Amino acid sequence: MAATAKGFQQSQMAQWNRSGYFRSSGSRDVNPDLEAERQTASFSVERLTTILDGGADNTRTRRAVEAVIHSDPGFSRENQYFQSQNERYEEAVRKAVLLKEKMHQMGWTEDGPETKYCYRALGGDLAFNVHRVFKNSILALGTDEQIAKWIPLADEYHIIGTYAQTELGHGTFLRGLETTAVFDISTQEFTLNTPKISAMKWWPGDMGRSATHAVVFAQLYIKGKCYGLHAFILQIRSLRDHSPAPGVIVGDIGPKMNFEHIDNGYLMLQNINIPRENMLSRFSQVLPDGTYVKRGSDQINYLTMIVTRVQMLWNEVIPMLLKACTIAIRYSAVRRQSKLNPGDPEAKILEYQTQQQKLLPLLATAYAFHFMNAYVNEFYNKGYTEIKQGNFDSLPELHALTSGLKAIITDYCTGGAEVCLRACGGHGYSALSGLPFLYTKLPASCTYEGENTVLFLQTARFLVKCLATVHSGQPIPPSAAYLSSVDSGKCQAWTKMDFLKPDIYAEAYRHRATRLLGNAATKLQTLVQSGAEQYEAWNKCTVQLVQAAKAHCYYIVVKNFIDTVEKLRNEAEIQKIVKHLCDLFALHGIFSNTGDFLHDGYMSGDQMDMVTASYLDLLAVIRNDAVPLVDAFDFTDENLNSALGSYDGHVYQRLYEWAQKSPTNQQVSQAYASYLKPLFQSALSKL
Amino acid sequence: MNKDLRRERDSASFNPELLTHLLDGGAERTRRRREIEALVLNNPDFQHEDLNFLSRSQRYEEAIRKSALMVVKLREYGIADPDEIYWFKRTCQGCFVEPLGLHFSMFTNTLQNQCTVAQQDKWLPLTYGLQIIGTYAQTEMGHGTHLRGLETTATYDPATQEFILNSPTVTSIKWWPGGLGKTSNHAIVLAQLYTQGQCKGLHAFIVPIRQLGTHDPLPGITVGDIGPKFGYDEMDNGYLKMDNFRIPRDNMLMKYAKVEPDGTYVKPLSDKLTYGTMVFIRSHIVGDSARSLSRACTIAIRYSSVRHQSELKPGEPEPQILDYQTQQYKLFPLLATAYAFHFVGAYMKQTYHRITGDINQGDLSELPELHALTAGLKAFTSWTANAGIEECRMACGGHGYSRCSGLPDIYVTFTPSCTYEGENTVMMLQTARFLIKSYTQVSSGQLVSGMVSYLNDLSGQHIQPQQVAARPTTVHINDPASLVEAYKLRASRLVEAAAKNLQAELNRRKSQEDAWNRTSVDLVRASEAHCHYVVVKLFTTQLSEINDAAVHAVMNNLCLLYALYGISKHTGDFLQAGILTDAQVTQVYQRVKELLAAIRPNAVALVDAFDFHDNHLGSVLGRYDGNIYENMFEWAKKSPLNKTEVHESFHKHLKPMQSKL
Repeated sequence: MAATAKGFQQSQMAQWNRSGYFRSSGSRDVNPDLEAERQTASFSVERLTTILDGGADNTRTRRAVEAVIHSDPGFSRENQYFQSQNERYEEAVRKAVLLKEKMHQMGWTEDGPETKYCYRALGGDLAFNVHRVFKNSILALGTDEQIAKWIPLADEYHIIGTYAQTELGHGTFLRGLETTAVFDISTQEFTLNTPKISAMKWWPGDMGRSATHAVVFAQLYIKGKCYGLHAFILQIRSLRDHSPAPGVIVGDIGPKMNFEHIDNGYLMLQNINIPRENMLSRFSQVLPDGTYVKRGSDQINYLTMIVTRVQMLWNEVIPMLLKACTIAIRYSAVRRQSKLNPGDPEAKILEYQTQQQKLLPLLATAYAFHFMNAYVNEFYNKGYTEIKQGNFDSLPELHALTSGLKAIITDYCTGGAEVCLRACGGHGYSALSGLPFLYTKLPASCTYEGENTVLFLQTARFLVKCLATVHSGQPIPPSAAYLSSVDSGKCQAWTKMDFLKPDIYAEAYRHRATRLLGNAATKLQTLVQSGAEQYEAWNKCTVQLVQAAKAHCYYIVVKNFIDTVEKLRNEAEIQKIVKHLCDLFALHGIFSNTGDFLHDGYMSGDQMDMVTASYLDLLAVIRNDAVPLVDAFDFTDENLNSALGSYDGHVYQRLYEWAQKSPTNQQVSQAYASYLKPLFQSALSKL
Repeated sequence: MNKDLRRERDSASFNPELLTHLLDGGAERTRRRREIEALVLNNPDFQHEDLNFLSRSQRYEEAIRKSALMVVKLREYGIADPDEIYWFKRTCQGCFVEPLGLHFSMFTNTLQNQCTVAQQDKWLPLTYGLQIIGTYAQTEMGHGTHLRGLETTATYDPATQEFILNSPTVTSIKWWPGGLGKTSNHAIVLAQLYTQGQCKGLHAFIVPIRQLGTHDPLPGITVGDIGPKFGYDEMDNGYLKMDNFRIPRDNMLMKYAKVEPDGTYVKPLSDKLTYGTMVFIRSHIVGDSARSLSRACTIAIRYSSVRHQSELKPGEPEPQILDYQTQQYKLFPLLATAYAFHFVGAYMKQTYHRITGDINQGDLSELPELHALTAGLKAFTSWTANAGIEECRMACGGHGYSRCSGLPDIYVTFTPSCTYEGENTVMMLQTARFLIKSYTQVSSGQLVSGMVSYLNDLSGQHIQPQQVAARPTTVHINDPASLVEAYKLRASRLVEAAAKNLQAELNRRKSQEDAWNRTSVDLVRASEAHCHYVVVKLFTTQLSEINDAAVHAVMNNLCLLYALYGISKHTGDFLQAGILTDAQVTQVYQRVKELLAAIRPNAVALVDAFDFHDNHLGSVLGRYDGNIYENMFEWAKKSPLNKTEVHESFHKHLKPMQSKL
């Protein structure tokens, strides 16, 4: 495998050199400013890469996959930023098809380790992502017969599916969905309808143009009685000519901030009849006589939702922050601006404290989030085993944990990508920097798979319950166990060096989380006791509850970062730099929210000045390893697809050459002949 | 009209029309503005397909068409007043940009300000008549903020009496100027002047770049579009590379500095005068921050009144999402901020006109403060508005992400103002430089005036550092004037802290520049605190000028919310300096939530008062009538992907795949 990978890399390099577009990491011609940064690394970049990948085997597999993908010009993303919505959609379909063939040819399977690396190599720009959700929902909600019928068709792409839940007027609140499925005993069919415009399915990916089938969620009615939301499979387009099925109105919802490669769609159903067998019936079934039967617990469904959330974070969201940091930090080591000392050449912008303050805490955040993966997986695997055995006790905790983490991670990654964009001055706004693409893609993640405010409040609800458990003396779920611990009420730091002790800052975060939750819970209780209805009291406390949930999540991330550092005890050099990142992450969080820590006198003003001093010292320390720390993420130039972030740092040359390929420079515009020429005619005689 | 919106409007406690007059600067101005807007809105030639459905080239072409039409119509209607021209143009553009923007602003202004009389006679008529179209080429690929670092050269050749222009390196290629790529046939180029073997620094030259008649680039000129960006799709931001390109001596703008025919260089008298244009443009960005944020708030708040979601009370119908405290907490502080920035924008404009009057009479004394204040406020307001627009978009859930919400367009069009006309961090540090200078003056016993006069209170205190912190806490959290004092104390404390840290670095024998760099995080914080104080102060001042009791009551709540929310987000500063106690901070949090509930009934009326016409707003979610869902469907049907019932990729890729597998 390794030999193959090497072969691929060589052919890849030859190709880059021909096109003059991208050069590989192996290219000798590196901008000296970037080269200098790498010479002074305090640790082995390769070693850190393998740790980040979860082992040298993974690194090898990943690189082999990347080499295969990058060496096929059919996967090139060079023109991505120049394409219209139509072109991007078509590219995504073409690449999805090409990838199928490639995987088949390489013997990679969909559940094999290579799949996620393919996704990484292609930056996720593929069609049919929701097709997988379609399949998963059938696997989760379908009977064995239904699975046997539909899954092989879907596996072979004889049908392409989508998952239609959200409606134009309804998102988060599932009970509010309005699509109906009425059972008719005489024909043994369900009739599906979109009763009004706000009930139209809206947003599902792959639906607008590609899908032939959909899993549709609708309110089930039997003999005039509503049985709530159920899932139905229906065909929406002809398998012969792809035209919409009779009674189906389906199309694309139009341009978005990004995700233009996905045909998010709308779907309107007018008296569509489907056989009784098309209701997914693992957990509830309608018998021929119209009897409704419920069986087993569908709680297992939550697990599917949780898996989707978790996979999205580490396969999609966090890597985008890692990329943004890579681009911005490499560029900051190449870009020179103004003078720090008279007589010196202009300084690298990475030397400026304000630039370090923008980027280095983000770099620390990127590491902090990346390291959460192992923690969440451990939780998940434990929960999964228990749930498989019919024990659902850990489900609420798993749900609360992943909800809160999803919200905090997507919030910070979105904000972070924007900071990176802006930290690159004017060139950050060029699509060719790659940053607008990352930035416009990320905010969608704050909304899909659960709107963040709603998710924080779900975490808060769990925490409020845990707190009640603490007071009643019962055992508390592990992630909230800290709520029962008692601290001294005063931060125990005496010098700025004390703030580099994980115990000190961990306790500060724990104290904050406990205090904010306690305050919110007390407020809630007071309101209820003074006669407010539960729902009203809850709404009046939601701002506070969101703050409490955020503080909880932040504490979890800090704590896990500390544990990760400890586990690196056999890697002295790496442990040292990761410890710096951990310190920076923790102190930046305090520095940015001083009021939270000063409020009840937990920290004094003097201690806060120490935090600031330690924090600023750390910026200067991490600055020296900033480039090696992003190199360790090991993104290929094709991954980054950025003129500013490429490994060799030839920023300006690449920007200039790439810009010339823009269609605006290739195509003739009518603007001159139609509108400008008439204006300019009369200047001819005067100049 | 949507019934929810109608109910919201009926229950408002004040007349939004009065507030519109206040924002416009009088009822007469509101009338005239609407009259001018109607000229555009009622003219079918200004209508066009939603730009979001078009390719970049099509958008560019559409923008050029409209610009040309705009010029014709302005002349036809005889609109000449700058404000009126501005109203007309912004109605034409919606939230998009025009490739001729720099021609009308920087190109024309620079010719007006830096040409000799003879040069003006030659160039200005051509410019006004659009017989030439020009741009302003300063920024280079490798150089932005630091002007002395620009590399383009203009070498004088006395033999032919010409300047030879060169782009000696890749980094020296002019990059970013709007309208440069495809539209302009002339450019004002900033280049390092070399004459008689010496570099005389940066000067402006007028350079023809495209052939009149054919519009082809002239020999020696390489020019083109820099490619796609984050927004600005209809703008041809361009690059320009010059290889031994010769222009006559007369093409150097010589009102101030001159090169004689023999190559002798004559120095300019003062260089402060060029500040004027910069101050003007930056103060304009402050107003733009207010407007862009107002639009975003209008969309998000109207949508939040129409959208229903989940349940508050079990069994009840789904409530309007505006009834959720978390939603109010996202949107109302931004609404308050939009109003605050509007008043700041008006103040900046007024001050600019007053001070330019003084400058014309030779009085430059207020220029440094104005320059420092506009720099900081430009950064402060554009950062805040930028984040606010995003918050509004996120508050609209999934639909905010669709282009039909209009919010992505507002965002991408506004966001570059954090970088152009002075990168925000650099701007904050310029303000900091002025603050530190003022602090040093005060420390040496001199008094300072204007917005920084609060530093006078620190006089003598540099030997007793605890005194600020030891001030008795007399802040009344329901009194805007008292909150202004609190912000003032915070600013003076942070300026003092930054000044002391700077001094400490200098005492460690760091060079001036190094010490400055090591203090820059503190310095930016001090600038932000100063700007925040100015905004709270100007909002509060505005309250006294509102006569209508109902309007006053609602604006008073908004002003309080602005000030208290700001405190709640920076409690650390107020606690650490002893300006507020723990108990007061708790009260502030509580009061913020009470104000949210108090503002809730007037939220829709407050955005209606911004008086954005639907066409101008460009948002399906923000429509005045609230008929959102049916119009989203109508909009989506026009999507390019829906042009054919079966997309061609089915035939090209899907069908072959299905047969292969």
